[in-house]
Amino acid sequence: MKANFSKRKYVILSIFLILGFIYIARLFYAQVYQDKYILSAQNNVVRKELIYSSRGLIFDRKGKVLVANDAVYDLMIIPNQLQMTDTLRFCNLLGITKDEFKAYYQKAINYSPYKASLFYGQLPKDEYAYLQEMLYEFPGFFVQKRTLRRYPYSVAALNLGDVGEVNRRDLLNDNYYELGDYIGKSGLEKHYEKELRGKKGVEYVMVDVFNRKKGSYKEGRFDTLATQGQNLFSGLDLELQAYGEKLMQNKIGSIVVIEPSSGEILSLVSSPNFDPAMLVGRKRGENFNKLVGDSLKPLYNRALMATYSPGSAFKMINALVALQENAITIHSKFSCQGPESSPIRCTHYHDTPLTVEYGIQVSCNPFFWETFKHILNNPKYKNVHEAYESWYTIVKSFGLGEKINTDLMYESSGNIPTAAYYDKVYRGRWNALTVRSLAIGQGEILVTPVQLANMAVIMANRGYYYPPHLVRAIGSPDNLIKSARIKKHVLVDPENFKTVIDGMEKVTKLGGTAILAALDTIPVCGKTGTVQNPHGKDHSVFIAFAPKDNPKIAIAVVVENAGDYGGTWAAPISSLMMEKYFYGEIKRKAQEKHMFEANLIPR
Amino acid sequence: MRRRKGIFNNIDWWLVMLYLVLVVMGLISIYSAVYNVDHPSIFDRTQRYGNQFFWILTAFLIAFSIIMIDVKFFASFSYLIYGASILLLIGVLIFGKEIAGSKSWIDFWGFTLQPSEFAKVATNLALASYLSGLNINLKKPKIIFRAAGLLFIPFILVLLQNDTGSAIVYSAFILVLYREGFSGNFLVIGAIIAVLFVFTLMAGKILVLSVLSILTFIIFLMIQKAKRNLFLLFGLFFIVSAFIYSVDYAFENVLQEHQKTRIEILLGKKTDFQGAGYNAHQSMIAIGSGGFSGKGFLQGTQTKYKFVPAQSTDFIFCTVGEEWGFLGSSMVIILFLVLLGRLVFVAERQRSAFSRIYGYGVASILFFHFAINIGMTVGLAPVIGIPLPFFSYGGSSLWAFTILLFIFIKMDSYRLELL
Repeated sequence: MKANFSKRKYVILSIFLILGFIYIARLFYAQVYQDKYILSAQNNVVRKELIYSSRGLIFDRKGKVLVANDAVYDLMIIPNQLQMTDTLRFCNLLGITKDEFKAYYQKAINYSPYKASLFYGQLPKDEYAYLQEMLYEFPGFFVQKRTLRRYPYSVAALNLGDVGEVNRRDLLNDNYYELGDYIGKSGLEKHYEKELRGKKGVEYVMVDVFNRKKGSYKEGRFDTLATQGQNLFSGLDLELQAYGEKLMQNKIGSIVVIEPSSGEILSLVSSPNFDPAMLVGRKRGENFNKLVGDSLKPLYNRALMATYSPGSAFKMINALVALQENAITIHSKFSCQGPESSPIRCTHYHDTPLTVEYGIQVSCNPFFWETFKHILNNPKYKNVHEAYESWYTIVKSFGLGEKINTDLMYESSGNIPTAAYYDKVYRGRWNALTVRSLAIGQGEILVTPVQLANMAVIMANRGYYYPPHLVRAIGSPDNLIKSARIKKHVLVDPENFKTVIDGMEKVTKLGGTAILAALDTIPVCGKTGTVQNPHGKDHSVFIAFAPKDNPKIAIAVVVENAGDYGGTWAAPISSLMMEKYFYGEIKRKAQEKHMFEANLIPR
Repeated sequence: MRRRKGIFNNIDWWLVMLYLVLVVMGLISIYSAVYNVDHPSIFDRTQRYGNQFFWILTAFLIAFSIIMIDVKFFASFSYLIYGASILLLIGVLIFGKEIAGSKSWIDFWGFTLQPSEFAKVATNLALASYLSGLNINLKKPKIIFRAAGLLFIPFILVLLQNDTGSAIVYSAFILVLYREGFSGNFLVIGAIIAVLFVFTLMAGKILVLSVLSILTFIIFLMIQKAKRNLFLLFGLFFIVSAFIYSVDYAFENVLQEHQKTRIEILLGKKTDFQGAGYNAHQSMIAIGSGGFSGKGFLQGTQTKYKFVPAQSTDFIFCTVGEEWGFLGSSMVIILFLVLLGRLVFVAERQRSAFSRIYGYGVASILFFHFAINIGMTVGLAPVIGIPLPFFSYGGSSLWAFTILLFIFIKMDSYRLELL
């Protein structure tokens, strides 16, 4: 008789049941308790595709487009969908070598064999049109539209700024950006990045394991459209800007032209400059390195960043302070011993004694030494220190020694030395004689060309200014930027300007220091400066405004190391700019030719 | 008239219904897994569901034919069938064609069959035939060796086809042997071996050996009887130590690289979601993303967009998990448990030992496939490519499981007779 093992069925059934229970428990854990798998599943199948917005345009004050957009096409690759039948033909279409093809392909496959990545960037429209016809023969490639900057006039490179791919820091600072996005890197592009960039759109698409599109995710419920960036309306005058750049060719220096009634910058020239198109497209990196390596520093915006002693151009401010403080009157006369004057000698030949008006006309150093001495030894104040503090406060109100803080990028603040500074340097024992350089705008005083132009604006307006700015309106030409429209008054009463301005008018007349700056029908008020500097020959400086009544423009010109008086280079350049502005064309062809051809770059 | 009634009257409709439910659920899952918008028809033979539908219909024909065959045929010709299938397995090794690294398929006038699927049926018949003989006592080594021999021949032949998964299915018969009197100790020893194997690979042989030594010492101190059987105690200790060493050695030197990696990933020693661990990881994502009630029919994204590999064959359970959620997938598990339970119940009611042993064979084979297949999709078993019975895409496996089951249903309809 065989043994009966039928009880063993319970053991077997238990094994079945226990395993079934374990599996059900496992399923409960994975499907109900955990939710990480749901997220992983989403990541698998939902792909976020960006729709790039096109950046806002930048216009000049007359509605001409300074910065436009060009459609370019990025050739993208999904390596595992690639079916290359004729690699050589493809390379020829694209104009690359087979080795380059291999290198790009390897880069893409290293990133991901399944995901799309950039194969060859920024194909121009015509190349794209040509390639597109054949692209169907090369599965695995597709194109993605981007926009790049285009500059119809090739001017104002430094003011407009450039656009480049975001770097690691940009990504950390603002989570709007993703790898491969473009961002303003300098100038207006950087300052108005938020307005210009618009808003990217996104599209969620379903993909399979080979990253092939299978349709939109949840009927496109989470998709957003791209919004175009806002346009900028700048105060720049395209023709004046281009003309200024031409005048400054082969010279180092700046021209700043401002509309006194608004503070809008009409042109801002820094020389040497470069073609803004250099920093667009495939050659961007190469060209950037070239510009960085250039010994004349074309990337350095001299109009905003370079600081100079203002020289004689500063004499007007000393005159205004003296009049405001009643240290002198319009009738006060000081005598000049010419080259024998002490402690500052005179470099001009003129009658003596002189009033303030005449002093400005002939830029007499001894006159302004006397004036400055009267300011600091003013009996109104207990001592030189207090008098200096008052001088300092008034000078600062001209917007000197501090940044303008509008939309000018990387500007320098310049310098007006404080009393505390001299206390430190001279251990508290100093007087007018010690700091006499300040009398004629030398010494520790440093200003930028845009600050100099703003000084001319203040003269033109007889005591007030609007902070100089490049962009007047955003979005539409009428949508003016309010923050730039805050009037700032200097601490000098308007009536004190009269005699100073009369002097400035005579500067451009016979007997003045800048007769070359005169215009035949429009009275021009100006002031020359010849700035000694430790770097070489003197800088040539000129500031001016015109017409004398109801001024339309104010200007500052700096030509570095020109080696002659302000009247020789800076004044005629300024005058040509004014002629261009008022008449639209130049009658003084000889003077223009002379300026175009002059090469003042020190060798 | 009376005779025909007899044929269908004693059929166990429970088993038939469970079979039908599983086959239909399988077809729905395959349809969803490889759904092609351009060819939505279930009759479209260019699509896998079209093929599977065709195979299901032919499987019904086969089932019907089996019911019509004289029940004595299976008992009488069991060895002959076994012999024929062994010849077929040898034939595959010579004439077979290789698909995905395994030489398991053979061409019959355009039909590609996988003889290893049918060999399970034949082996089950032969084993039932042998164990139901007179004077069979599974305590005698001679009997054990002969029974093991019956299993070993197809095992080796399938292993030679490089189809490890189908080969180790034969280890399922240990349940049949156990039911027929094979010592339960072997089952326990098998379990201990499995545990030691896993621990050795997970924790390393040094740690396992140290724990083992401490355990031996504790037994030596605590149990009085152990002191008398010192020889036995230390003998066991050395055998186990040797086993641990051999596991370590075998793992490093005998297993193929991909098998090693799969086991390491399963044990959590390696994570490699892109390479060898990709299948198991994506399978878990698909099932896990189904949630409580699933994404709905044809709404699964993971399987349809091919993130899960072999989504209509070995990983068909992922589609169930993703589209029908916890409710659907635990329902499938419960259905399998009911089927297995019913098989045991039906086997136990047989008067004939041959039918009973065959019935346990059916239950064991189905259980093994169920355990490994679902285990690998939920990350509890290594990725061994064996199909989920009645669910997975494939004609050979569907036909073989149908034959396996319906022979038993036929036998059961004659349960009152001694075969």
